[in-house]
Amino acid sequence: MPDAANLLQPAFWPLTLVLFLPAIVAAFLSLPIVPRGRDEAVRWIALGTTAAVFVMSLWICLPGLFGGQGPGQFASGLPGMQTVVKVPWIPSFNIEYLLGLDGISMPLVLLTTFLSMLSAAASWPITKHVKAYFVLFLLLETGMLGVFMGLDFFLFYVFWEVMLLPMYFLIGIWGGSRREYAAIKFFLYTLLGSVLMLIAILMLYFTSDLRALSEGQLVASHVVSPGLDAAARTAAVEAIRSASAPVHTFNLLALAEIGQLPDSPFAVARVWGWSLETLAFLLLLIGFVIKVPVVPVHTWLPDAHVEAPTPISMILAGVLLKLGGYGILRICYPICPGGGIALAWLVCGLGVVSMVYGAFAALAQKDFKRMVAYSSVSHMGYVMLGLGVWSAVAGTQYAWDAWAQGVNGAMFQMLAHGISSAGMFFMVGVLYDRVHHRNLEEFGGIFGRMPVYAGLAVTIFFAGLGLPGLCGFIGEVLVTLSSWKYSQTLAVISAFTVILTAAYILWAIQRVYLGAEYKGPHGDHLTPITRRELAIAVPLVILAIVFGVAPQTIFRTVTPTVNKQVKTLAEWTRVVHDARPANRGAIPAPALSGGSAGRFPADGVASTGVTP
Amino acid sequence: MNLGSLLTSSLSDTLQVSLPLFRPELCLAATVVLLLVCRMLPVVRWLDSAWIALGGAVFAAAYAWADLRGLPGSPWLPAATALNRHELFTGLLVFDPFTAYIRLLLAGFLLLYIPFTKISGIPGREEETDFHVLLLGAVLGMCLMASANHMLTVFMAVEMASVPSYALAGFLKGRKASSEAALKYAVYGAGAAGIMLYGISLLVGVLGSFHLPTMAARLSTVLAAGSTGGVTTALVLGGLMLAVGLAFKLSAVPFHFWCPDVFEGAAAEVGAFLSVASKAAAVALAVRLGCTLTAPPLADPAQLAGLADARFYGAHLVGLLAALSCTLGNLAAYGQTNIKRMLAYSTIAHAGYLMMGVAAAIALGGTDRAASRDAVAAVAFYLGAYLFMNLAAFAIVALLRNTLRSEEIAAYGGLIQSSPGVVVAMGLVLVSLIGLPPLAGFTAKFLVFASVAQAIALGVEKPLMIVLLAVGGLNTVFSLVYYLRVLGVMIFNPPPADRVNEPLPLVSLPGAFVTGLVAPVVVLGVFFAGLYACAQFAGGFAS
Repeated sequence: MPDAANLLQPAFWPLTLVLFLPAIVAAFLSLPIVPRGRDEAVRWIALGTTAAVFVMSLWICLPGLFGGQGPGQFASGLPGMQTVVKVPWIPSFNIEYLLGLDGISMPLVLLTTFLSMLSAAASWPITKHVKAYFVLFLLLETGMLGVFMGLDFFLFYVFWEVMLLPMYFLIGIWGGSRREYAAIKFFLYTLLGSVLMLIAILMLYFTSDLRALSEGQLVASHVVSPGLDAAARTAAVEAIRSASAPVHTFNLLALAEIGQLPDSPFAVARVWGWSLETLAFLLLLIGFVIKVPVVPVHTWLPDAHVEAPTPISMILAGVLLKLGGYGILRICYPICPGGGIALAWLVCGLGVVSMVYGAFAALAQKDFKRMVAYSSVSHMGYVMLGLGVWSAVAGTQYAWDAWAQGVNGAMFQMLAHGISSAGMFFMVGVLYDRVHHRNLEEFGGIFGRMPVYAGLAVTIFFAGLGLPGLCGFIGEVLVTLSSWKYSQTLAVISAFTVILTAAYILWAIQRVYLGAEYKGPHGDHLTPITRRELAIAVPLVILAIVFGVAPQTIFRTVTPTVNKQVKTLAEWTRVVHDARPANRGAIPAPALSGGSAGRFPADGVASTGVTP
Repeated sequence: MNLGSLLTSSLSDTLQVSLPLFRPELCLAATVVLLLVCRMLPVVRWLDSAWIALGGAVFAAAYAWADLRGLPGSPWLPAATALNRHELFTGLLVFDPFTAYIRLLLAGFLLLYIPFTKISGIPGREEETDFHVLLLGAVLGMCLMASANHMLTVFMAVEMASVPSYALAGFLKGRKASSEAALKYAVYGAGAAGIMLYGISLLVGVLGSFHLPTMAARLSTVLAAGSTGGVTTALVLGGLMLAVGLAFKLSAVPFHFWCPDVFEGAAAEVGAFLSVASKAAAVALAVRLGCTLTAPPLADPAQLAGLADARFYGAHLVGLLAALSCTLGNLAAYGQTNIKRMLAYSTIAHAGYLMMGVAAAIALGGTDRAASRDAVAAVAFYLGAYLFMNLAAFAIVALLRNTLRSEEIAAYGGLIQSSPGVVVAMGLVLVSLIGLPPLAGFTAKFLVFASVAQAIALGVEKPLMIVLLAVGGLNTVFSLVYYLRVLGVMIFNPPPADRVNEPLPLVSLPGAFVTGLVAPVVVLGVFFAGLYACAQFAGGFAS
């Protein structure tokens, strides 16, 4: 494709602008021509940028608000990748500037731009090195958006890493007393995960071969641009298929197509007795679950949250944790489905362990923010469980709808948690700005002193609790229901965790907001909520209610894409996986021919009672 | 053939083939002579030797650039199919894309390095001529290292590059540490050179030739014939001793002990020279020897098959050194309080990453020539990126030394307040050294890891390559802490109480120079297709 035509792709400018506008403004702000000491102006520029990015992302994602669907805009309710931008970047490695949105990434992009705008507004109390703060903040936004939009594994990885450094400094410079420790801990954990991810990326890249794909698959995965006319398309396909050496790719969609082939090279290749898809799944999973985070790699999270300033905590909980879940959903399962089956017990087990451990740990906290941080660990456990309940398609039943329910629930839980956890951290921050402490034992009586604030805060905390009618409920209930078919034990445990969640949230509400009078220091600073704070809190509360009352606002976009992916993978399980004689790469199952039994060694419940 | 016609053909070969392709080296040699002459003649004594040296470097770089561009098959002449490998001076040297690339890199280094020493003020006016004579002489030796095709040239070139380096290490004459560093370096170097020479004589004795491609052909015959115990022992020992000599130049563990002491004792300028140019030449020589001896150019399949044991040995030897250097370098860097010493250990670790690529190139040489080319290309790209990263790091250290009068990491406390521009530049360099995108250091590391992963995917020396990939990955995580600590001190710590607070603004000559060095670190991280195409071309020398 000639260069000028790249720029004429309908989605090129909208997506590129949304992605890079924050970085461009950050570069502008870091120039010496912006005078020092104009803090107020810098704040407004940053807020204006994030707001512009939010509006632009709305224009792309919800064209209905702007008078109808146009070229380069997202059509809600359709499965599959839309608004694809494809520009060659590094030809010798087939690396492309490949962006696109689908029902999974689009809501997360909106969540990111929305929370970035609110966090920029919540950053007004930051008074130290304001310019540097907003430069890093805006770079962080570009990194987050790039991860959600990128469809090229190399591009994805670059953005994944781009986020690390701004986050390190945002915690390390503007954080609390143990900020340097928390920042380096965050950085080390995440870098360890991303190095493992890089190893998996390279292994997958060098094992992949585009020649194995049909013309339809090549076009569907945008290796060959669907916009080409028929003759050019055939020529491009022919060029790939007639190559003498394997044609490797970083294209995530193409890698998924290759991973789901009956004779997938990822399933054939072996490394130290493991099939590559299992090994790659594991390496990628470690990289992603560190971000989620799950027990036992969660320990960076409470430290990072407690030390980070309020707006950064909002971003951290609201967006960064979702990157892990998004990665598992977008990359691990479609590309390494065999690994997904083999390690389903691991994903689900980690999810339930995090859920329970996080809830108990939250119960034990004295620090308000630390309690909210542990509640994130617990809530993200539901996401893991929902993503992992693959074995709903075990045996001969192939009831893919149960798994789809779990994944839809996990997606909903991610978005709901993005709203509720950002809200909870903001509410904690509002109090901390006034009284400069977070000790749960030294609050009380806030309802009397700050009634409007307390009403909003309690609503958000109830959303986190999972009260029906608020956004936290839908995701949890869908995940718990869907896990019943995978393992009744896990379903029962996850249902009971709701009680623990209620316990720590209600107990916190009681200690902070209820009671006769405020017991802690700086009581005279408990001034009513300001208009700026109100402008941040109210949208979050409204969304928490809207998503709880009308979950179809989210499901309308998410479900078609999720269902398509789950259905494809369920079909894959039936047609490909179960037909493979040697499909137990890392499964320590007895060698059986025909593959009628021993398929899910970890899944004692679902495979009993199924007649072959 | 009588003597007359032999002389005629040799003369015409020298004049028509060899000398025209030897122009960059000739420029350097002529500049050395010119520098010495200018010093002796009172009429031209007022001439600043830096400008003369720079002029020579410009010519050398221009010729090196023209040579690279003019080679058939280069990114500028992609369609040409003519031969691009020429043996010069009856096989003593070889001119091929790899020679051209490394020579351009070294000449480019001079173009950046001489202005840097001019800006930083070391050497002083009095000793400037000596410094530049030694510098150009060493670079001349390094060019020969990159193009050596004969065991004698290998040894001579290594010595030619080393001896001026010893003198440069002791250049700060008044400082005890500097003299000690120079002595340590010289003694260590002499020992390593002796061992290397012994190894060369063993190899040459068994194989009966000095000429590298011929040695490889004989080696293939010897190995294929199922050699007797004595011959194998001699070959293994010879290879090992040759590796010792190279490992010394590369500062690879366990032959790295000189490196931290020399870097700490010598001026930061000399550290920059040793860590960038010296390392590039040593890596180039390792690539040259490793690839030519185990998978010579234009080898037929039978010959390649005969060399399988040599590739196994070479890859494991280099791989072991790589894993050791990487791990020990990174771990030892933790405890350092002196920035130059820390950068010395960082250099050792980066030698490890580079050698991973060399190990992959050697291992892949017999199986997949294209993959082997990509591995060499990764190493060549790494050298290009490393040139900017490390030169920038040492330039910042030298400039900060000039303002802070200290090279301790603790002295950098609170620099963000007085010189934010320099801290941002140093931050970019350090993050690039860690290997985080979107900076050149990441691209380089990515390419090297990609070669190792390709070897795994092709099933070549799989256990070794898996270990290397794991070691490389883990080391990236290890290295994070000590690089970030420097940055942390600059940003998080308060300035030391006795700070003579003299800011180093970016809008100044030194600042502009640092910016000019850091800009490629960023650009090469995002748009690396161009340099990578050149590196791939260079990597194709063996196929």
